[in-house]
Amino acid sequence: MAIVFAKEQKPIEMRAVYQNTLFEILRDNPQVVVMDADLVGASGTAKVFKEFPDRCINMGISEANMIGAAAGMSLVGKVPIIHTFAPFATRRVYDQLYLSGAYQKANLRIYGSDPGFTSGHNGGTHTSVEDLALMRVMPTATVLAPADATQFAWLLKETSKNYGIFYIRASRKGLRDIYDSSSTFEIGKGVVLSEGSDVVIFAIGEMIAEALNAKAELEKVGLSVAVVDMFTVKPIDVDLVKKMIVGKKVVVTAENHSKIGGLGSAVAEIMSEEGSGVKLRRVAINDRFGEVGLPNYLQKTYGLTADDIINAVKEAL
Amino acid sequence: MSENLPLFSAQIRLETCKMLAHRGFGHLGGALSIVETLSVLFGEKMNIDPKNPNWDQRDYFVLSKGHAGPSYYSTLALKGYFPTEVLYTLNENGTNLPSHPDRLKTIGVDTTTGSLGQGISLAVGIAKALKLDNKPNKVYSIVGDGECNEGQVWEAFQFAAHQKLDNLIVFIDENHKQLDGLTVDVSNPFDLRAKMEAFGFYALRVDGSIEKAISEAIDDCFAHQGQALCIVLDTIKGQGVEFFEKLVDNHHIRFAADSKSELDKAIVELEEVVSKGGAV
Repeated sequence: MAIVFAKEQKPIEMRAVYQNTLFEILRDNPQVVVMDADLVGASGTAKVFKEFPDRCINMGISEANMIGAAAGMSLVGKVPIIHTFAPFATRRVYDQLYLSGAYQKANLRIYGSDPGFTSGHNGGTHTSVEDLALMRVMPTATVLAPADATQFAWLLKETSKNYGIFYIRASRKGLRDIYDSSSTFEIGKGVVLSEGSDVVIFAIGEMIAEALNAKAELEKVGLSVAVVDMFTVKPIDVDLVKKMIVGKKVVVTAENHSKIGGLGSAVAEIMSEEGSGVKLRRVAINDRFGEVGLPNYLQKTYGLTADDIINAVKEAL
Repeated sequence: MSENLPLFSAQIRLETCKMLAHRGFGHLGGALSIVETLSVLFGEKMNIDPKNPNWDQRDYFVLSKGHAGPSYYSTLALKGYFPTEVLYTLNENGTNLPSHPDRLKTIGVDTTTGSLGQGISLAVGIAKALKLDNKPNKVYSIVGDGECNEGQVWEAFQFAAHQKLDNLIVFIDENHKQLDGLTVDVSNPFDLRAKMEAFGFYALRVDGSIEKAISEAIDDCFAHQGQALCIVLDTIKGQGVEFFEKLVDNHHIRFAADSKSELDKAIVELEEVVSKGGAV
């Protein structure tokens, strides 16, 4: 792990990161195959599908077969990277991922795009608020939620060198740059973005920018706030959680996901086993379905803004 | 080396009956209906080396209708992948022979199957990967007719046809029954051969109790390159043991009273057939 923080903001769309990184991975490893379920246009991968017409396979609108066929390919040495929208990549194909994938030790990387409020105008039918929970409870699965473009690219490359079931959830749109492109990470290890003594916010994905904004506001009223990027939701970095909660008045988790089963639950499990006695506030989607609207409207509606984090801290104090 | 196929079929059927008699229950009906196909595949067609189960030039077999595990295991044991005594551990606590095949537990098993509909996707994936690498290995998969209730099966078929996977033969074991009764009563499959043809397959239908017919159909299929390949097997659930062929509810049987004595009788008869070299 070698972290260098971004010095300037020049965010690129995650789907551009996806395609650019696929080019690199496909050139580096002849065993890699890329699969999509008729969302090549949506995932912005048309160029890479054109340049690698054999190894990039459009499976059509058949997600169950896509997961099974990918698992089969992996059993004879292929390294599949699969994309579809987060709800179709997880809840629609859960048994395929579970049995054809994890149970028989196949080798899959699944990019589930546009989770939570980022599904925007696709609306409630295309919204996943439970993908992290589903994937967390699947034995052996590694569950990842990158913070920005640099981390997303690194995770795609890193998981392509590893064997197992890797679920990567990320928006297709740009996220605030957290890391300089020279940064490297370690799966299973969170990254402390800033230290602080009163409050610690464990955040993932889109919620890292909100956590950093909340920190700036809370420091104006005299609170010292730590922010941690917990991009590996499973296996969760137990040691880091234990270390960061010591002496804090409030612990906050922030995720673009249901309050049940995701990052907040993972942190709560550690805190309760530790008998930490520290208050926990989970800023997350409160056990409800998604709906249609602009992402920033949905973000407010679901209670996932910096203000929601600030209010949670103030209420707890 | 090619086996005496009728003898090999009798041996597979015998071992399957013996292991289920020992266990006292099991998926007898659907295991018996594919015996002749297993015999042709493992006894004649497949390029395999039981001493080297992970040989990279082997042909692959995917039992999508995973509940037929017992006859698959019998076939593997008879081919020498593991001792036949291991068959008696079926479903015991801690066994390497679970009722549904598990590639991580059983030597010679290429894929983990049992959740119906999923195996055929694994098979098309394996076939596609082999094609990408220009490898000559063949893939054989048996899907149940009841299993064709699963939508995923048709996704996989469409993929196989679109990708022209002519290194894969999809067998549909049309034994006309599923757990709750006749397929025509539960969810009518209509004309499976015609459906496969409509899906873009070169599709044949043969008597799945005759080794020669199955063997010739396989050759016929591979003579049709550039197209996905399917053989619908016209079979009987419980095939080869008259009492169980006629037993209405023969998907999963607990052997007691009549069914136990009939199974024991079948074992004696099959032992005689085997001792005579497969002649009936």
